Amino acid sequence: MARYLIRRILLAVLTMFAVSIVTFLLFFAVPTSPAYVMCGKQCDAHAIAQTEHRLGLDEPTYVQYGQFMKGMVAGRTYGTGDLAVKCPAPCLGFSFRTNEPVTDIIKRTVPVTVSIVVGALVIQTVLGVGLGMISALKRGSVFDKTAVGVSLVGASMQIYFFGPILLLIFVYSLHVLPNPGYTSPFDNPGQWFTQLLLPWATLGFLNSAIYARLSRAQMLETLSEDFVRTARAKGLPKRKVYARHALRAAITPIVTIAGLDLGGALGGAVITETVFGVNGLGRTAVQAVNDLNLPVVMGTVLLAAFFIIVMNIIVDVLYSVIDPRVRLG
Amino acid sequence: MTATASSAATSEVQDDRPYLEVDDLRVQFKTEDGIVRAVDGISFKLERGRTLGIVGESGSGKSVTSLTVLGLHNMARTRVTGSVRVNGREIVGLDEEKVRRMRGRDMAMIFQDPLSALHPYYTIGRQIAEAYLVHHPGQKAKAKRRAIEMLDRVGIPQPQRRYDSYPHEFSGGMRQRAMIAMALVNDPSLLIADEPTTALDVTVQAQILDLLDDLQREFNSAIIMITHDLGVVSRVANDVMVMYGGHAIEFGSVDQVLTEPQHPYTWGLLQSVPSLRGNAEDDLDPIPGSPPSLINLPSGCAFHPRCAYRMIGGGPCDLEVPELLPTAQEGHVVACHLPENERRRIFAEEIKLGAE
Repeated sequence: MARYLIRRILLAVLTMFAVSIVTFLLFFAVPTSPAYVMCGKQCDAHAIAQTEHRLGLDEPTYVQYGQFMKGMVAGRTYGTGDLAVKCPAPCLGFSFRTNEPVTDIIKRTVPVTVSIVVGALVIQTVLGVGLGMISALKRGSVFDKTAVGVSLVGASMQIYFFGPILLLIFVYSLHVLPNPGYTSPFDNPGQWFTQLLLPWATLGFLNSAIYARLSRAQMLETLSEDFVRTARAKGLPKRKVYARHALRAAITPIVTIAGLDLGGALGGAVITETVFGVNGLGRTAVQAVNDLNLPVVMGTVLLAAFFIIVMNIIVDVLYSVIDPRVRLG
Repeated sequence: MTATASSAATSEVQDDRPYLEVDDLRVQFKTEDGIVRAVDGISFKLERGRTLGIVGESGSGKSVTSLTVLGLHNMARTRVTGSVRVNGREIVGLDEEKVRRMRGRDMAMIFQDPLSALHPYYTIGRQIAEAYLVHHPGQKAKAKRRAIEMLDRVGIPQPQRRYDSYPHEFSGGMRQRAMIAMALVNDPSLLIADEPTTALDVTVQAQILDLLDDLQREFNSAIIMITHDLGVVSRVANDVMVMYGGHAIEFGSVDQVLTEPQHPYTWGLLQSVPSLRGNAEDDLDPIPGSPPSLINLPSGCAFHPRCAYRMIGGGPCDLEVPELLPTAQEGHVVACHLPENERRRIFAEEIKLGAE
């Protein structure tokens, strides 16, 4: 187990390294210099050259990459003499736009995205898995047919359509919910909850459709397994056959998918954040790409990769806990 | 005093009658393609301490018969008529909850593939103890003791340690032993074994059959052995029922059915078994054609399209369903339109069994 984890972590570091190189190269493949984007309308060659020099963009790419990595590992000093600014490790640099340290931007936006994503995940797993399981047990019933129908609608519905409609109804017409936004739950838990309720419900409902369909299919497959028949042959009551024998086996792949979903979504719920106007990691990342804001792009992309890699490791370890046949090594 | 006397009297009565009585059992289920007549009028009796072998190809209705006896069929989609009496108690039409309480205690089942029939996420011991706990609620410590005892009884070495092993850590034979331990943990009087040795290699097969034999003597249980392996039948069964297309087509003692079979289908089954002493160059004689669809059985005798001795063209084989009729030998019944003399003649002159 320990050896397995060490190997996985080393592999993760390697992956992050590769992601950082690819991101860097892709960024410089863009035919426009960030200096153009930044210097606005009254721009001449001199101003651009000056900006490029100020941002260090006049150095060769590999030198810039080397400096970036040095900043990550050991910290880095920007400027010289009296104007020097220290950036302690792990230094992701300063935003080209606002000069705010990228680490501060991440610290500000991560709680927003985590709040949205985790809240939605709770709704989608509870609602989705619950519906799917009941559907499977009552296969062919009115409940099952309704649930399958609703989940088909949910799976084909898009958040940029469903979200604004909910906004229109609950915020602008009925005035029962405040405009979505983010307040730290440590400052005002009530407001945190009511402001995020709409994004949670939208994302949770739409994603639950996929979970419902998946868990229904999983449960139906498990119910036809021989070991379920064995459990019934023992004389176990239905409730125990379902809960202890069928559900336990059916839930395993769902845990995997939920974990991987979580990893992916933590990198930024881009569409949800945009639809509801909440400044999370995803919206920040998209904005940074539009602005050719290299340090922020690097920071958000690396963080997203980090979440996905970590969740992958967690899911694999969890799998070996759930299924005794799985050996890590 | 009166109470004891009367209870003693009833138990005596129950010991007298067969433990399992199946009478005109019919099982049908609806599918999108039509009604499947999986079992169509089966009757048999089975006493404690005796073994009935049920033989037939896949889809002949043998497994459905056993699942119905345990009430494991899908109640919502299946129509069951006729009578199944276990220890004098009618199962057909009995409340689902009451059948559940009998399941595992009065009648238990051993399944074909122990790897898929055991839950992969729970230890062997826990699964056996669970079977005990269902019928002895609250006795956790005793359940564990009993599970270890049963593991020991079925010949699993170091049962104390093996209690905490998972099914995938057992070999195929060990898993089937564990399966048997699980089925026997509540001392059921009726044990249904559905192809218990099919997934095992031959030497392990023999061990498992010996084990079942020992346990039967020890617990005086009635066993139904469902198989397509005639070798297994000849080894363990007292009586044999041959099934085809949801019907019983021949029934008798092992000697009667295996050495003097009278149904052309049984001949076919016996001829398709390879022999150790025969000529290696000889081809096996498979039965031509394939088992019939239970949705759309051939008219008359269900076997007639595959039968080499059929009498059709005005003859009865494609028109009338043959009844199970007694033969000259007591207890041996056959459902075939051929006259008995003719059947004996054909078997003596034309059918060569590999073993002879």
